[in-house]
Amino acid sequence: MDIDQANRAALERMFASRPLLTAVAPARQAIPGMRDNLLLHAGPPITWERMSGPLRGAVIGALLYEGLAGDEAGAAALVERCEIDFAPCHHHGAVGPMAGVTSASMAVYVVEDATHGHRAFSNLNEGYGKVLRYGAFSPEVIARLRWMNEVMAPLLGEAVAVAGGLDLRALIAEALHMGDEGHNRNKAGSLLYLKLLAPRLARAAPPGRVAEEVLRFLGDNPLSVLNPVMAACKAMADAAHGVAESTLVTAMARNGTDFGIRVSGLGERWFTAPAAVPEGLYFSGFGGGDANPDIGDSTITETAGIGAFAMAAAPAIVTFIGGTPDDALAATLEMYEITAAEHRHFTIPALAFRGTPTGIDLRKVVELGLAPRVNTGIAHRLAGVGQIGAGWVRPPLAIFEQALVAFAELHGL
Amino acid sequence: MSLPPVTRWAARHGAYHDSLVLMQLQASLGALPGVLDAAVVMAIPANLALLAASGLLPTEAAGAARADDLLVVVKAESEAAAGEALARVDPLLAERRPAAGTDPLAGFRPRSLAGAMRQLPAARWVLVSVAGRYAAAVAREALDLGRHVFLYSDNVSLAEEVALKREAQAKGLLVLGPDCGTALIGGAGLGFANRVRRGTVGLLGASGTGLQAVASQLHALGAGVSQALGTGGRDLTAEVGGATAHQALDLLRRDPRTEVIVLVGKPPAPPVAARLLTAALQAGKPVVVHFVGTPAPARRLGNLHFAATLSAAAETAVALLAAAHAPVPPAPAAGQAAADLLEAPVPSEPPAPPPAPGQRYLRGLFSGGTLAAAALQGLGALLAPIFSNLSSPAAERLGDPHQSRGHTLLDLGADELTVGRPHPMIDQDLLLRRLARESADPEVAAILLDVVLGDGAHPDPAGALAPAVSAARAGAAAAGRALAVGAIVVGTDQDPQGLAAQIDALASSGARVFRTVEEAVEWSCLYLTRIAERRPESEPPAVPLAAIEAPLAAVNVGLEAFHASLASQGAAAVQVAWRPPAGGDEKLAGLLGRLKQANQAG
Repeated sequence: MDIDQANRAALERMFASRPLLTAVAPARQAIPGMRDNLLLHAGPPITWERMSGPLRGAVIGALLYEGLAGDEAGAAALVERCEIDFAPCHHHGAVGPMAGVTSASMAVYVVEDATHGHRAFSNLNEGYGKVLRYGAFSPEVIARLRWMNEVMAPLLGEAVAVAGGLDLRALIAEALHMGDEGHNRNKAGSLLYLKLLAPRLARAAPPGRVAEEVLRFLGDNPLSVLNPVMAACKAMADAAHGVAESTLVTAMARNGTDFGIRVSGLGERWFTAPAAVPEGLYFSGFGGGDANPDIGDSTITETAGIGAFAMAAAPAIVTFIGGTPDDALAATLEMYEITAAEHRHFTIPALAFRGTPTGIDLRKVVELGLAPRVNTGIAHRLAGVGQIGAGWVRPPLAIFEQALVAFAELHGL
Repeated sequence: MSLPPVTRWAARHGAYHDSLVLMQLQASLGALPGVLDAAVVMAIPANLALLAASGLLPTEAAGAARADDLLVVVKAESEAAAGEALARVDPLLAERRPAAGTDPLAGFRPRSLAGAMRQLPAARWVLVSVAGRYAAAVAREALDLGRHVFLYSDNVSLAEEVALKREAQAKGLLVLGPDCGTALIGGAGLGFANRVRRGTVGLLGASGTGLQAVASQLHALGAGVSQALGTGGRDLTAEVGGATAHQALDLLRRDPRTEVIVLVGKPPAPPVAARLLTAALQAGKPVVVHFVGTPAPARRLGNLHFAATLSAAAETAVALLAAAHAPVPPAPAAGQAAADLLEAPVPSEPPAPPPAPGQRYLRGLFSGGTLAAAALQGLGALLAPIFSNLSSPAAERLGDPHQSRGHTLLDLGADELTVGRPHPMIDQDLLLRRLARESADPEVAAILLDVVLGDGAHPDPAGALAPAVSAARAGAAAAGRALAVGAIVVGTDQDPQGLAAQIDALASSGARVFRTVEEAVEWSCLYLTRIAERRPESEPPAVPLAAIEAPLAAVNVGLEAFHASLASQGAAAVQVAWRPPAGGDEKLAGLLGRLKQANQAG
């Protein structure tokens, strides 16, 4: 057995992966296995009974959006009659922030790994405020979703097609040099994304105010690039998945109840434990007692070597981890301790352009008792209230320990 | 009865602040005394809606604030508290956290040794002072990372010590310890170390406080220390075999700063001491030796100077330095004149023909019991094991006095050999027969004899002995061997045998003549250790001199005091925020160990 060699091979695949945004299309067309009564959600598998408030709210919203139910009670009844199937986004090559709920009619970004050929998907970002991903399902939420999917998505699809694919790896690398870490801060990346799309949108848009509305929507949302970035990270992480004898983590995801990971050399199995409540700063009027346990697939960014792992690149958002740029440096330095490599393409100016810490090695996490850091938005525990803060959290150590034990068992140790 | 809360607000125009800065400000305001709630937002419609929902939007504020204004709203128990809070807004916004210093990484404490090495790649040393059951694994990790180890921890098993030192030797690395209390490397103290002047005396020892005592005494005498290398208390046991002491000695031998070496320690295992002193003989520098509780084998053996106490060791080192730097060579010490008569104590050329490969042992054939005992004490320090029919702490008991083995020194006057015959000082028969027998032994390289003159002794001991020595040497030469013979002549120029004639006769037989036991012991030791050099063993790679070069850079795993000490001495140091592997979970730690083994095996 040569674990180190397997990990090097997995990382080589991750670094070789070149995620291009190639299309925007309805999930039922783009995502393999997608069907009308299937809802994808963030994190590891979960039943309706165990779903937290925001995830339940998003499920209801998606059923209303799809017209499968007329109201909240109808949606809940539909679910309780077992007429709706649930599956993690990750089981379909997809990722979604917070609740991550994706239904068949929703448009998704299609990201293609130009090196290895596989695809990854993510839904479209709705911006701040009352949004489906935080479990809101009021008429304005559904109306926004409808506009996004019916007006914006086709135009985005045309713009992306006109561009011949957008190189998201290059976009992430550039954004890291502009103060983003790619998870909680995507201001620079979203502007870069807007810059890439603007002329193509202008060209593709029909006469009238549609181009203006779409550009304003994208420009007003400092998270507009988060979802394509997450799909890119999913594509890169998936490239490293399935290498026998590799102990690298290839997925970290939370469903609002459990935190789960997958490991390159351990197939499709999830290792899960209850998710923690993040530490951080809260919006006015909210506190830790209002927070939902950690939720969302956005930890795919840390899995791919950005997000909290690239905190040293984003001094503007250090307030929620201590308040000084040194704290940001320390956060990144700490992650070098549990990773197998420094990223070949993503570098940090403040660390003399060292590559970001990449490739979480189970063995190091367990040995040092040091779980990865992840940056995150904080959701209200009740459906529909929305984001109430931002902060950071660590997955429970137990899931890495379980995975290590499983790895040892698999190899007869 | 409490008054209703008051809500007050303020706006700042044209100010951009990251939303997280604003959240921080909001948290600070909310924590002020008397403040019930606070909001700090850019006054965009969405934020105003949020404030309204929280009851934090005074009507006037809603009307006055523009989208690019910074809006601050405070709800407080009193007008005063609200006013105080609003007055804090600008100072809080202007507040800058103090810069942490020039090196942004200086405050980071890595969790792993590997992480520490990334932070301080120049670190050549790792100080380990974690609990004993974890210490060997940390030390091994340091060796795997190509670093020298100062292993302060105790309760490391002997087997682990042997294994660690073997690994270190193979890599040209040092393991000082376990249970190593002190070291001075490149002028910086590790562990428990006194602040002593930097100088030219290199210290080496299996005794922490012994090293500290000598170092302090050297400082008091105006001298200084180049390096001090503690080996750990068990290094000179038979099991460990002086592994670290040998490396450290070799390092001090090559260290250009070190002029005199001082070797101290608890009593070593005799064969270990013998090998170490043999190596010290080839140091090319004076080596002062003091093993606490062990009688000095001699005052001097070649470049080895034996001191009776720790402070005598320091004084001898200082005297040797003074002598080396004196404008004229010092007058020979009393008792040294005779040695000088012998020109060099070591034969300048090997005897012709050179010793055959199998020749390596000394046989001593003494008529005088006390002379034999005195010789044993000296020879035993370097020629171990040495067998004898005498009881001596320096020798092992020879089972059959008629059958020599290895290095053997016989008291021919002992009762069991003189039954029914005169004492060998009168009757040479036993001596001559034994001389012939020993010289025919192909493993014998040298024979040491005593010749005691004076009234009552044999009237002409050299008369029969000198031809026998000639014959023995000729016989050996005919067999392709070189036999060295030394003779200690005890007598005066007034003795009836004629001292000069006796010496001449012995010298012309090819024997080397000595007037004292000490000189004979020195000659024997130097000759035998010198011919032993001919047997090349597989030499481990030398420890690079860079190990002890200044400035010291080190990683500390364990006691924080050691890190603080290094930092206060100006050494570059990183403290590892170490924890037991897998948080002390033995099942998981064992599993990690098996994975590591399987990984290496693959």
